[in-house]
Formats: sequence, C-alpha cells, structure tokens
Amino acid sequence: MSDAPTDRGRHLLSVTDLGADGIAEVLAVSDAFAEVGRRAIPKVPALRGRTVVTLFAEESTRTRLSFETAARRLSADVLSFPTATSSVKKGESLRDTVETVAAMGVDAFVVRHPCAGAPAQVARWVDAAVVNAGDGWHEHPTQALLDCYTIRQVLAERSGRSLGDTGTECFSGLRVGIVGDIRHSRVARSLVGALAPLGAVVTLIAPGSLLPTSLEGWPVEAVTHDLDDVLGSLDVCYLLRLQLERGSGAFLPSVREYSAGYGLTARRAARLGDGALVMHPGPMNRGVEIADEVADLPGSVVLRQVANGVAVRMAVLFLLLGSGPGADPASLVSGAAGE
Amino acid sequence: MSEPVTGDAAGTLLLRGGTVVDESGERRGDVLVADGRVTAVGPTLEAPAGARILDAGGCIVSPGLVDLHTHLRQPGAEEAETVESGSRAAAIGGYTAVVAMPNTDPPIDDAAVVREVLDLGEKALCRVAVAGAITVGRAGERLAPMAEMAALGVHLFTDDGAGVQDAAVMRRALEYSRALGVTLAQHCEVASLSAGGCMHEGAWSSRLGLPGIPAEAEELMVARDIALCRMTGGRVHFLHLSTAGSVALVAAAKAEGLAVTAEVTPHHLALTDAELAGYDPVGKVNPPLRSVADVAALRAACAAGVIDAVATDHAPHPPESKDTTMDVAAPGMLGLETALAVTLGALGPGVAESAGGAETGAEGEPGGSAGMAVRDVLGLLSWQAARVARLAVDQGGDQGATVQPGAPANLCVFDPTERWEVDPLRLASRSRNTPWAGQTLTGRVRHTVRRGEAVVVDGEAQR
Repeated sequence: MSDAPTDRGRHLLSVTDLGADGIAEVLAVSDAFAEVGRRAIPKVPALRGRTVVTLFAEESTRTRLSFETAARRLSADVLSFPTATSSVKKGESLRDTVETVAAMGVDAFVVRHPCAGAPAQVARWVDAAVVNAGDGWHEHPTQALLDCYTIRQVLAERSGRSLGDTGTECFSGLRVGIVGDIRHSRVARSLVGALAPLGAVVTLIAPGSLLPTSLEGWPVEAVTHDLDDVLGSLDVCYLLRLQLERGSGAFLPSVREYSAGYGLTARRAARLGDGALVMHPGPMNRGVEIADEVADLPGSVVLRQVANGVAVRMAVLFLLLGSGPGADPASLVSGAAGE
Repeated sequence: MSEPVTGDAAGTLLLRGGTVVDESGERRGDVLVADGRVTAVGPTLEAPAGARILDAGGCIVSPGLVDLHTHLRQPGAEEAETVESGSRAAAIGGYTAVVAMPNTDPPIDDAAVVREVLDLGEKALCRVAVAGAITVGRAGERLAPMAEMAALGVHLFTDDGAGVQDAAVMRRALEYSRALGVTLAQHCEVASLSAGGCMHEGAWSSRLGLPGIPAEAEELMVARDIALCRMTGGRVHFLHLSTAGSVALVAAAKAEGLAVTAEVTPHHLALTDAELAGYDPVGKVNPPLRSVADVAALRAACAAGVIDAVATDHAPHPPESKDTTMDVAAPGMLGLETALAVTLGALGPGVAESAGGAETGAEGEPGGSAGMAVRDVLGLLSWQAARVARLAVDQGGDQGATVQPGAPANLCVFDPTERWEVDPLRLASRSRNTPWAGQTLTGRVRHTVRRGEAVVVDGEAQR
C-alpha cells in the first residue's frame, strides 16, 4: 500500500509491489518448493554461491529461522546479523552496519526493523536485494504471502483439485475478516494489500482505538466494531496478535475487555460458518485473541501457516535471486543438492 | 535596538536595469547606493565616477528579505551550521536579516549566550538578530531572564523545538512580557498528542505505518494561546503554522483584534505529506508536512492577509542525522537558499510552473499558486516579517519597506524567471538536507546588498 521506491522485482518491500500476477507467481513457485520440503534431503542448489543476510533489529526468532531455513534449503550461504544485540547497540549507525555487511559480498538482505520504511532505506544504501521481514507497523509481505498460500492450499484440498489447477480463483469473493489491532499491525497492512488484488472481500474488525486514523485508499469492504455481527458471514477469521502492553490503558481499558469484545471464544467459534478457517500469524496469546480450545479446532490452520512459511520464503528468495521472475524453478527443483 | 547605518567599505553601487518592487508599488528604476543608504532611484541613473555597476536587468529590486525563523546551530552544533555559514546561506537567498532561534546547546536563555551569538553575528553577511528562550533550558518550567535579554535587543522569545506545554507557565510568561513590550513566539505542539510521531497523521501515515502527529496537536495549543493572549494582553507570534484549523483560529483572533501574528514556512506552502511516501527522512520536519487541503488553506490564508510572514524554519542537520530510519531521523529541512523561489512558486502570480513539489494538476498535489502579486509575496518575506521582529526602520531597525532615497541599503535583487537546479553540494549551508535536491526552481537571487555592501554578486557570496 505504499509508494516506496521499490525497483519492482528487485526487492520485496511491500506486497503491493507484486500485484495479483506477482502473488500468483510466488504461490506457484511455492508449490514446487513445498514439494522439496517433503523430501528426505530437503535441499536444492538453486542459490548455491549466493549469500543471504538476516538483519534483525528487532528480535523475531520464528521469522528469522524461517528465512534462514528457506535460504539454506536453496543452498545459499546464510549470515545472521542480530543488530538488536550487536553493533547498533555500540553506536554504529544502521547505514554503517548495512554497508559493512554489504562489503562482505551479500546478495540479499532480509530486514526486520521496528521502524516502518527501514527496509526501503536499506534498499537505497546497498546494491543487494532487500526483503522486508517486517517493518514497524508497515508491512510483513512474506507473512501475507504464506497466509494466502495456506488459504489456497486448504481450499484446493477441499475441492479435490491440485494446487496447480487451483490458481488464485479461490480468492475471488472470499470473505476475510481481520480482527484486532489493525492500527499497529504490519500483518494487517500486508494482508489487505495481498488479498484485495486477488479478489477477496476484506472486513476490518476492531475497537476504534485500534483502527488506523484514516482508511482512505484501503481496498476494504467494510469496517466494524462488532465481531459478532459479521462472524457468521466469514470464510476466514484472521486474528491479529494483541501486543499485551496495549491493554495498559493507553489503547484499551484492559486485556479482559478486549477479549470479551474481540477474542474468538469457543462460543463465538461455534457461530462461524461451516468450514470457516481460523488463522493467526503467531505467536498466539491463548485466552486473549483466541481461546485455547479454538486454537486447536480443525478449522484452525495456524500450524500450517508456520509450515508453509519456509516454502513461500524459498519462493521469494528464488524469484529475487534466482534467474528472476518468470524463471521456471522446476528444473532446479528436480536437481539434487549434492556437491 | 536602534542601529547606526554604516557604509562599511562599500563605496558607491549602481543597480542598473531592474524594476523596484516594494511596499509602495512597482516602478522601473535604477538604484544608486552610497554610504549604506539608497541615494537615488530613477528610470536611468548616471553612474558616479568610481561607482560599481551591478547588472539588474530583468530583475526585481526589493527590500532585503527578513527571516523570522533560522536555526544557525551555534553554539553547540557547528557541524550542522554556524552563524557564519548560515548567514552566508541567508545572503545568497536574498536575506539581509535573520532571527537566530535559541534551541542551541547551550540554549540562548540568558544574556551571556545572547551576547555570544550577537558577537558572532557582527561579522556575518546579514544582520543576525537573536530570539531568546521563554523558559530556562527550554524546559518549560521556570521563566528565563527575559528582561536581561530584552535589554540586549531581543524581541522574540520562544522555546522553539517544543511548545510551552504548561498553560500556567505560558500565562505567566505572557503577563511578564507585557512590561518588556516583547513578543512570545510559540511552537504550537501538544506533546502528549505528538509523542513518537514522525509525520502528519492522516491517510499517508495510516498507509505507511508511521506514527502520526495529528493536526489537533498544533491547533489545541493555538487555541489555548489565543485564549491566554486575550486573558493577559500579551503579544503572541505563532511559528510555522501548518494546518487549516490553525489559520482559521488565527483569522478569528485577528478579527477580534487580539495582538497575534503568524508565520508559515515555504515547505508547508509547497509540499504535502505525500513527500514521505518513499520514507526519505529529508521530508521529516516538525510540524510535519500536512495534507493537500492544509496546503491550500495556508496559501489562501497568505492571500487573505491572515498570515504576516513567510519564515524558513531553516533547520540544518548533518547527513548522519538524516541518513537513518524515520523514527530516529532529526526533524527539519534547509530553507534559506530556496525560500524565495519556493514561496514565489506557491503564492506568486505564476501558475504554470510552480515551485518544486507543487506542479499543477498532479493528483494529490497542491494545485497552482495562490496568484498573489509579487509585491504581496515580498511583503511576507521582507517588510512584514521585519515588523514582527521589530527590525523595521520605523521601529528603530534598518529594514526598510521601501526602496527610496534615504532608506537603508538592505536590498534583494532577484530574477523572477531564472530557472536553476538545486545542487545540495553547492549550497552555502554546511548541511545538505534540502527537499528540493535535484529539482528545478524558478526565481533566483542575483545580488544581495547589506548596509550598502554587495555581499552577494551574481549569486556568489563575496566573503
């Protein structure tokens, strides 16, 4: 949803850089890499000789491990640079850190930063590809892509069609509700930016203090403060993680009051339509945005989201660093990783 | 504050072939300068023997520009700017006087620091007036020694960089200021609403995921200080107003007859919050660049006479303070060397080729200029600003409103049609944080005359 300088195709800073066709391509390539993940030796030589750095100025072990696993399965060399605990703390500027690392010969930076736009800045400083792994409240593109992949995977299984035949038509008219702290959520911004071009109908559900000041230009169908009102109509109920400190009185009177109004309790889950999916980007606050028993219902695909993260991130890295968009990963995927 | 007009080593100057535009109107005229004063104005003047002749063909000759709001960064941040470099940038921009803001390190909050900056200004290429802090350390708690600073000629007092948050402190300051006859200049920003913000809160901040500063953070303090002005009889100058609501409040206060004045900056007249779309911290400034509707309201307020002055809020920062992420980047942008062109583009009579960032017609951009006469735009940049700062001739200063025999020779000579590209590496400022880098602006200063001395000739500083 941003107009950040993107060099479309060179970096992944915003999911809107991709457009519907670009997302479809990532999903299709992810299919091939998901197959790799099921092999005895889940590794292909696609990015052999390439170097990927994860630069996390904000700790997120799950996302970092997912990216690093993806890079390793593509045979890339992986460097991990947790700036939250290293040079930046010693007073080195982010630019100096990034340029120092780039000087070692790096093909891609995977950047997590607490400030929106930091990956766009990094992209201005280095020649390498930059992947946004979550920047402030702005975007988390690979999360939205893996969420789309998961939705498509489940819907394809249900319809008995192969993933290849499913394409992205399954998103057309799909009713997705995003519940929770939209205002401070990079996941929400990326999800809206990915789902809308695919044809999904998105409803935002949150208390006023957790909605963005302005929704001008957001491709959403509706905004409501009443989860119960829309619950029965949703095909996908996507619950955002509540930063618990938001319940300290600044944005919410209490976590309990939030949970009462916006948590997916067992009672609410029972009112979801047949086959509705329950999704969450993790880590879950059980008992806050999602009840313990709901998290483990068959409609909950939270673990699948995590599992699909690696394949989708392999696809993103491959498309940026491999032979480029339009390349057929099949030939590479068919090869073994043997030295 | 009275200041003798000295000729320095200036000798005699003839500005030949220009058009004089001042408060009294517009007329074709050569301008003769001797001993620090204008000695003759006429259609074709003979050059006295030994006079230096400067070509003003195609140019407008006006009273020198006056900047109410300049951050010279000295003492304390000389890597960003000094009185010397900032005054050179000012002279190149057509300014013959600037008011140095007190948010230095140490802050200008007592007579000693006032004296230090005034001394540094003695050798500068333009008059350097000094604003003092309202409170000690600009901390918003105890009143700074305003009388001892006023005795040194300080007329504007401000904690700029922050507003005086405590209404009771502002009330006392206004009450105290009355006996001194000085003006309190407020940076209007309610800190509890702006905390953490790095751009205007609106459609763009919501999309970009950047913490916003709502218009109300400014407007609440404008409203509060208008009420305190009414209550105390003190005089308030509103710095860098940026929102439609703020100028509406000021318009109402002026209609009521309250002693308020207001300034806007060139960048708030020309740029919108869309400038931040690429996350370039050069566009981070406080108050933030606002919406298209706010820009339109500021321009209309200038045209309607609600705004007294255009002031640059020239805020130099070293590269490392800007080449970082939005959250920690320093707010502020350069202004002195681009102000005239940008302001003419936003407010002046031309509409087809407005100043940078304000091209007509593009979606989400402010439209054409306000269509004001050049004379009225110059009033905002020069003689009206001088009056707010108490630098005008009839207030004991040496900033004239007219170019006529006997007036102090503080003059700006500019070509309103010259197009030039802003090259940050060629700016006189020590810093590079201009939002107009690489852009082509229309209108350029050719010569600046300060107390009869040609301090800028053909766009080049002479010392």
